[in-house]
Amino acid sequence: MTASAEFELAPEVQRLSDRRSYIELNARARATQLLDPGTFHELLGPFDRVESPWLPLQGIVPQSDDGCVVAKGRIDGQPAVVIAMEGKFQGGSIGEVCGMKMAMAFALARQDNEKGIPTRAVLSLESGGVRLQEANIGELVIAEIYAELVALRKHIPVIVVIAGSTGCFGGMSLAAGLSSYVIMTRQARLSMNGPEVIELEAGVAELDASNRPFIWGYCGGAQRFAAGAADLLVEDDAEEITSAVKELFRKGQPAQLRSAMYDRYIAFLSALDTTRQWTAEEICQVWKEGAK
Amino acid sequence: MEKLSFEYSASGKKPRRFHVGVVGSGDLEILLEPSNDSRSHVTVQTSVTGFEGTWKAVLDRFFERYEEAANIEIHDSGATPGTVALRLQQAVEGSRA
Amino acid sequence: MSAIVTSRGRKWFEALSGSDGRQPVGPGSLLIADGVLGQEKVAYIALAPDPESRFPRARVAEVGVEEGWYGTRALHQVIEADRNGIKRPIITVVDSKNQAYGRREEMVGIHLAGAAIIAAYAEARMAGHPVIALIVGRAVSGSFLALCGQANEMIAFDDPEVLVHAMYKDAAARITRRTVEELDKLSEKIVPMAYDIKSFNKLGGLFKLIDVAAPDTPTEATAAQVKAVLLEAIASARSTPRDLYKRLESDGARNYRQASIEVRRKMTEQWAAL
Repeated sequence: MTASAEFELAPEVQRLSDRRSYIELNARARATQLLDPGTFHELLGPFDRVESPWLPLQGIVPQSDDGCVVAKGRIDGQPAVVIAMEGKFQGGSIGEVCGMKMAMAFALARQDNEKGIPTRAVLSLESGGVRLQEANIGELVIAEIYAELVALRKHIPVIVVIAGSTGCFGGMSLAAGLSSYVIMTRQARLSMNGPEVIELEAGVAELDASNRPFIWGYCGGAQRFAAGAADLLVEDDAEEITSAVKELFRKGQPAQLRSAMYDRYIAFLSALDTTRQWTAEEICQVWKEGAK
Repeated sequence: MEKLSFEYSASGKKPRRFHVGVVGSGDLEILLEPSNDSRSHVTVQTSVTGFEGTWKAVLDRFFERYEEAANIEIHDSGATPGTVALRLQQAVEGSRA
Repeated sequence: MSAIVTSRGRKWFEALSGSDGRQPVGPGSLLIADGVLGQEKVAYIALAPDPESRFPRARVAEVGVEEGWYGTRALHQVIEADRNGIKRPIITVVDSKNQAYGRREEMVGIHLAGAAIIAAYAEARMAGHPVIALIVGRAVSGSFLALCGQANEMIAFDDPEVLVHAMYKDAAARITRRTVEELDKLSEKIVPMAYDIKSFNKLGGLFKLIDVAAPDTPTEATAAQVKAVLLEAIASARSTPRDLYKRLESDGARNYRQASIEVRRKMTEQWAAL
């Protein structure tokens, strides 16, 4: 969209209209976006046809990459691997093939680091959790993902991007919890159990899954950032997200991994009155009070 | 799930391979590759059964204009004929880019 | 003192460790004790029902936020204590319903509590501690991932009450829009979906499936039987690599995880070629 000579857009409005959505990009486009231009090389891409052996047995149409794109390339000139989940295929659920692609991406990056090659990893997460159609193999492969993520992060930060619209739930929320840094948009959600499942298990008084503002209020990007569960809150802007990833890698290892903050979280839990429910604001307040 | 196959005659010219789409609700992915012989072969895996006639109509129309010898593999999750035609078009454009 | 709700997990924890495992600080569900096994010091961990839990949605042996964070701290204390010496085996007696489902849990980030204990188990394993998961009851979804997933060796009782799965059947049926009968039928031909422990064993993740008489009631004899298997598992953990690849290199994996093996091989090839 260009401005005519007699009517110029204010710079901030022009920038808004120039902005490219990251959320609207599919997994392959996201991986391409996060890597330096011209460096994208996909592993086990569609034409390798390594698909789910389990879905066709149940009459479910497979996807040629099983919903996970793994691409090697460079980020900020440094060797990198990007794993991007396709949230629109089976809800981004983790099956045998896509889970193994993710685990191996971390494993091969770790092996590079052990040889002195500083290969960094970014995980663009859109996932509802384990793929129930592959159940126990999904659970085993998720455990293998965690093992390799924990092994890799000792060498170099592992960055997770959660942009939406699927969000990050179930077993993959734990992967986000294991990562060195989490970047979220406002539209994204990060939560272990989805709101529908909590309503099903605990009743609508505990959680009303149809109350969208309430849901984003406790697990949306803005709240997670304010309550210390995400490191950066970004706009749905492909360039901004790409820059944010680079900035975090430049920053280096975090002072402390979130998963090692047991003293802080124990103190945080102790400070909360569990005889009642809390508002999102209270959570942020108590969290911030815990920062020494 | 239904598996369908179709064959069409071709000019013998081979396309470059290209992939497009996502197997999401109402969408499909297409893998387009050069054929091994001088004909075009289409396989469709679709979550919606009973629409062989509709698939044939869409593909017949596509191959009226598309002459290259291609293997086209489609994974479909309930796309409309319009979406199928669009993705086929994107696949062709991508393979010629 | 609060009423103690029994569970298979609690009974086996007490039978093996000789202790009730109750801690002065932290949730009543988290049982921790030092024991002796084969003449060396071992750490036992378990979760048991705690009707007095501060978190109302974590009262029947779920992995909740307190279990996650206090469990993490306990594991880090073990790792730290053994930093310059022999790495004691860490044996988790597993009978845990799943992760806690609640509004409070999500607000304070149960995903972080879960991640923390997973990382602690993984780090203990990487540091050389034999990490053993003894599944005497349920290990479902978050409780499988948190308490079993990172173990060098997983052992399970061969018993209909033992359940390892991604999700309970009724919930899984609802989410996948099938009836329970349809799920059962699918499980007959799709082994990873099945609910019985023999099917899980086929996938190649378990060190051993053991047949224990009257598994609800440990005796001196059955405790001795289990301890013998624990010792074998500890020896295996110490003589094999500290990663999880033995699961993928097992006979079970060769039968049921061919796709995983293919992905591992092809990705390694393609990565090296770039």
